Amino acid sequence: MAKNVVIPIGPQHPSLKEPACFTITLEGEKVVNAVVGTGYNHRGLEKACEARSYLQDIYIIERVCGICSHIHSTTFCQSVEELAGVEIPRRAAYIRTLMAELERLHSHLLWLGIAGHEVGFDTLLMYSWRDRELVLDILAMLGGNRVNYGINTLGGVRRDVTPEQIEKIRKVVDIVEERNKYYVQLALSETTLAARLGGIGKLSHDDAIKFGAVGPVSRAAEVADDIRVTDPYSAYDEVPVTAITDNHADVFGRTVVRVLEIMESVKMIRFCLDNLPDGDIAVKVPRKIPEGEAFVRTEAPRGEDAHYVRSNGTDKPDRVRVRAASEANWHGMKHMLEGDYLADVPIIIAAIDPCYSCTDRAIVLDNHDTGKQSVIDWRTLREYSINWYKARGIDTGKIKIADSHLIF
Amino acid sequence: MVALFNILIFPGFLFLGIYALLFEYLDRIIYARLQNRMGPPWFQPLADFLKLIGKEAVIPAAADKHVFPALPVVALAAVTTAFLYVPIWSGSSLLPFSGDLIVVLYLLTIPTLTFFLAGWYSTSVYATVGSMRALTQLFSYEVPLFMALLSPALLADTWSISGISQFYGAHPLYILINIPAFVVAIVACQGKLERVPFDLPEAETEIVSGTFVEYSGRFYAVFKMAINCELVVVAAIVSAFFLPFYTANPFIGFLLFIVKTVIILFILAVFRSVMARIRIEQMVKFCWKYLTPLAILQIIINILLKGVLPL
Amino acid sequence: MMKGPGKITGEVLRHVFAKPATISYPKGELVIDKNYRGKIDFDASKCIGCKLCVRDCPANAISIENIGTKEDKKMQLTLNYAHCIFCCQCVDSCNKDAISFSPDIELAGINRKDMIVKL
Repeated sequence: MAKNVVIPIGPQHPSLKEPACFTITLEGEKVVNAVVGTGYNHRGLEKACEARSYLQDIYIIERVCGICSHIHSTTFCQSVEELAGVEIPRRAAYIRTLMAELERLHSHLLWLGIAGHEVGFDTLLMYSWRDRELVLDILAMLGGNRVNYGINTLGGVRRDVTPEQIEKIRKVVDIVEERNKYYVQLALSETTLAARLGGIGKLSHDDAIKFGAVGPVSRAAEVADDIRVTDPYSAYDEVPVTAITDNHADVFGRTVVRVLEIMESVKMIRFCLDNLPDGDIAVKVPRKIPEGEAFVRTEAPRGEDAHYVRSNGTDKPDRVRVRAASEANWHGMKHMLEGDYLADVPIIIAAIDPCYSCTDRAIVLDNHDTGKQSVIDWRTLREYSINWYKARGIDTGKIKIADSHLIF
Repeated sequence: MVALFNILIFPGFLFLGIYALLFEYLDRIIYARLQNRMGPPWFQPLADFLKLIGKEAVIPAAADKHVFPALPVVALAAVTTAFLYVPIWSGSSLLPFSGDLIVVLYLLTIPTLTFFLAGWYSTSVYATVGSMRALTQLFSYEVPLFMALLSPALLADTWSISGISQFYGAHPLYILINIPAFVVAIVACQGKLERVPFDLPEAETEIVSGTFVEYSGRFYAVFKMAINCELVVVAAIVSAFFLPFYTANPFIGFLLFIVKTVIILFILAVFRSVMARIRIEQMVKFCWKYLTPLAILQIIINILLKGVLPL
Repeated sequence: MMKGPGKITGEVLRHVFAKPATISYPKGELVIDKNYRGKIDFDASKCIGCKLCVRDCPANAISIENIGTKEDKKMQLTLNYAHCIFCCQCVDSCNKDAISFSPDIELAGINRKDMIVKL
């Protein structure tokens, strides 16, 4: 048998939209070992939130993730509203639900395209992104921007939905529903697609629970885990929600769950438009939030999103913790990758709909020998990397970095 | 002087190069339109080519200094030579001789071998995996492709491309017999040209760009040119075999050549837009389980018909 | 449901002569909703200089100063749209409607200094 080959997928790789490093050990074309390395995208968002007021934090939290931006800001707003003891108007709750479901539409269509691209089916990518564009136009019309809609504010929403906009949404939703019916049929009947997606990235029911998988990954393994059903928020206590599950427990199952969830979302959007209550869209929330702590869970397109906010009575939060959905799904990744072919690695990674920068937090080094923990700052990290290269005979001394770039 | 003109200008190097760039544009625009996109402007392939020529060409420190830059040129030369034996303006090519079919098939295998060597001499892990895949793929599609092209030759009783083209030109109905071979040839060509669903050696999302990952600048430009030229040559050969319509008038014959090759290109473009890339073991299985038996069936049919038909 | 490869062929062939869904940018026609949040506009006559917008801006992209005298106030808003995240919280925060958003989104430039504008 030939020697095992180690292939790095990342940090820079065409199949990864954001940097992360997967060190894949191959035996022939089969993966025998996989090491998941994240942490290239730490942005210090949680710390930045502590330095700003609650109102400013909404816009930072919204930028945790480029795709599930609305659900993050909803979760944060809900936490703060809980702390302030404010009940948002029903109309605002419905508009939040409407936006969340529109966001799920665009996120799942985006994922379908990415999945197509990862297996070399670019036509599917172009078609599903074309349809996603219609949803994005609607979101831009409602919120004012294509991805970071900025529709949430503390105590409600910032913009109302007008009757003309409702008509436009209905039209788009009809088109998306019809096109999606075609994608469901395509996903179920196209042999090359089924051959590439079926049977890979297995994560069984028990494993999904063991690794704490969330969202479509766990629902594809028949874990009926959907926060919209189990712990309703916004208007989900009135909007009929069905948790879509599938028994394939592989990438194909995750595809089926997602395309069927689009159909579910379409139904929910129609329900929201039909039953939009009248009334105010926002209530006033004081700038200073009373002392306390709140923990709120919501269902992002990628799975369970959890926020923890602790306030100390000022206008700035004491601690903000964001647990994005992808973070929960990373744990099972090694298990999913091993035993499959190299060709399947990108699609298995893509199948959890990973969001790398959402998940990256501060890096703490555990020293296994001494049991001590240490945190590396920018200067030490830079020295470490220079020495790392020097030890390998590469002189980085010629590279000049302006001092102003070293300060932050 | 005439020979030099033939080799360098028409139908040789210059014409093939320009037609290859045009072909790449057509391929991309058809592909784009099938996907409901605008597609690139007409000068995009030329602009890409010129840009690549102007860029710095890096030879990896671990790569072989002599083989690495030579491989793209070998690939291009092999393809350009093959083009001389393909009929363009009439039923006959420039230099027809008995057995040129075999020569052309072997010349067309050379680019794939250079892809393998390119990946091997790059010594990058992605390139190595890509080159292994290129070679594995070669052993899968080459047999059905050869058989698919040899079975029409059996019926025509000649090993010359021009002879086969003229034979089917004289008996147009016999083309219908070769429809299975046509299907096999189109599918196998997709493998030869490394296009979806058989673009495993350069699968972008898996192994970056596979064998070409270390190539840059003018070396990559020449490689890309060779791939485009290969597309033209393969389309021309397939059209000479399975669409052998030509006229005595060289000018109309030339236009007919363009129409025929564009039809083949359109089929290839549709083919690549409707499928997902398959895995290497699926590719091998598919080629040996379905493609090769179909090609063998075609050969048996043609051998039997040869005894029956009044030829 | 029939299974087989190339199921999308019919759909693909239907698009051969269909109008492409993309436009050729920047030559094509760009459709932007009037609700789109682009660069902000400032009406100096309405501004009272309360600086709520400056306080609420998450990106520290705006500053307001009085370039007139204490009696005859003349407010000037300096916007650094390289920093601006186009959330338009300033529009919501302003009690006097002095700030509004425009659908002007083509703001790309090659010089950072050009992105600091006085409105």
